Amino acid sequence: MDAHIQVKNLNAYYGKQLALKNINIEIPKNQITVIMGPSGCGKTTLLKTFNRFFELTENTQLTGEVLVDGENIYNKDVDVTEVRKVVGLLAQRPSPLPMSIYDNVAYGMRIHHLRKNREEYKTGVKHYLEIAGLWDEVCKRLSEPATSLSIGQQQRLCLARGLAVEPEIILGDEPTSALDPISSQNIESRLLELKKQYTTVIVTHTLRQAKRLADYVIFMYLGELIEAGPAKEVFSNPKHERTKQYLEGLF
Amino acid sequence: MNQVNVIKTIQENRTKKNIFAQKIFFGITIFPVILTLIVAIALFFRAFPILSEYQLSDLLFGEVWRPNQGLFGFRPFILGTIWVTTVGVILAVPACLLVSIYLAEYAHARTRSIAKPILDLLAAIPPVVYGVWGLLSIVPFVDDVLAPLAEGRLDSVPLLSVTQPTGFGILAGGIVLAVMIAPLIISVTFEVLSTVPNDLRHASLGVGATQWQTIRNVVIPQTLPGIIAAIVLGASRALGETIAVLMVVGNVPNIPTSIFDTAYPLPALIANNYGEMMSIPLYDAALLGAALVLLVVILIFNILSTLVLQRMLRRK
Repeated sequence: MDAHIQVKNLNAYYGKQLALKNINIEIPKNQITVIMGPSGCGKTTLLKTFNRFFELTENTQLTGEVLVDGENIYNKDVDVTEVRKVVGLLAQRPSPLPMSIYDNVAYGMRIHHLRKNREEYKTGVKHYLEIAGLWDEVCKRLSEPATSLSIGQQQRLCLARGLAVEPEIILGDEPTSALDPISSQNIESRLLELKKQYTTVIVTHTLRQAKRLADYVIFMYLGELIEAGPAKEVFSNPKHERTKQYLEGLF
Repeated sequence: MNQVNVIKTIQENRTKKNIFAQKIFFGITIFPVILTLIVAIALFFRAFPILSEYQLSDLLFGEVWRPNQGLFGFRPFILGTIWVTTVGVILAVPACLLVSIYLAEYAHARTRSIAKPILDLLAAIPPVVYGVWGLLSIVPFVDDVLAPLAEGRLDSVPLLSVTQPTGFGILAGGIVLAVMIAPLIISVTFEVLSTVPNDLRHASLGVGATQWQTIRNVVIPQTLPGIIAAIVLGASRALGETIAVLMVVGNVPNIPTSIFDTAYPLPALIANNYGEMMSIPLYDAALLGAALVLLVVILIFNILSTLVLQRMLRRK
């Protein structure tokens, strides 16, 4: 397996409380990995260590390593903004920036100076809105505030905004939980389309979504990694009792 | 009494209580509104003798204040008020914004929990203490440090040339005012910045923006109307500040041309003179006229800033 993210001996603390217990896992490249488990199991915490969002919460502590492309993103000389450029995040609730639809997508490109002139920015914004499946709906209203979009459209806008900085990895923290069924489906099909070019890691608590999306599955329970493996194997033949119980809907 | 009647009585009762509460609250709300109107009207009537005796334009734009000769020009005082307030606000705002941005965005929870109460405490220091501090520290500081620095270097610069040899004046008043209104501006701006949801910051940080880029492109644009409201609040407080300014500003009714000039703001005029030399004809009316002018100046300032704010909010 070609690992894109490697987690080694990772422990995470909120204050004195241990939220992740000695996690070791490799996340395969250009596949969709789904992290699942009951609430409070540490799945979002694990996801947040991949783009160094964990440290944004005050009074947290981390030991161990997270390697992206073989480099530990927690090394002292690593620029955190570079990490977050490579590892993009689609949050639970869409949060459009307080600016126009166009500027939302151009935002990251401008910050990293990814384009040279106006024309190139225009083409870039169009390109990523198309990838996110939003172009047809917004091409006539690019200068309107992003908050004027529906929630489902906002989430696709956030996807376009994230993709515009050319990441290699997309993290999704329950990215459809705030959306209606049709918008959720729309996001899911985007993610399936994108997995050829991007390594994708999704946290979800809906088992059905996990089954629809996952190539690779990580099951967590109470801060520990219980089981990980290719989706087919884990879903059809879980090795651990806990995983079996979870898949049967017992907790 | 049967069951239905009991329920009916209970319902009637709570409806009555609701209406009663509504009326009481309305009464309490309307009270300060009426009080403001009464103050304005009373000032107008008490100032009426001088308003009927002189042209309004003579009073507002008259440059000479010699009550015993019947000359009541408010212009030096109006300009004095505006000068001192402007200098105070200009000195306070940049520093206050930086402090509140630091506290709201960069500081650790522990730093914040120590610094915030201390800053709030600044607001609890009585104005007269600020005045004494201004007298003992700021006036000599202007006289010994700032004036010599400016002398010879800024002589040809309008508004900044040294014009008189004491430390008393607009600059000293402005510095004292700046320190006095700082806690207010900082704490309101801090609260305003704290209203920005973390999701929004994370959206920006998540694409690899630095904290400063996030503050500049997301947090500040999102909160600009609130930040301006904080500054307006500080300025309104500065416009009416009396005792601390009075102690350091020189109290000479001249038309200021430089921050080193002395000035005589309206509140200082009223506080210094009301109750004395009341035998001079129209003096009482003139001082209350000054109070009315101060009220109007603050009113105009507040109305203008409300209009600006509404415009900004509508554009969003």
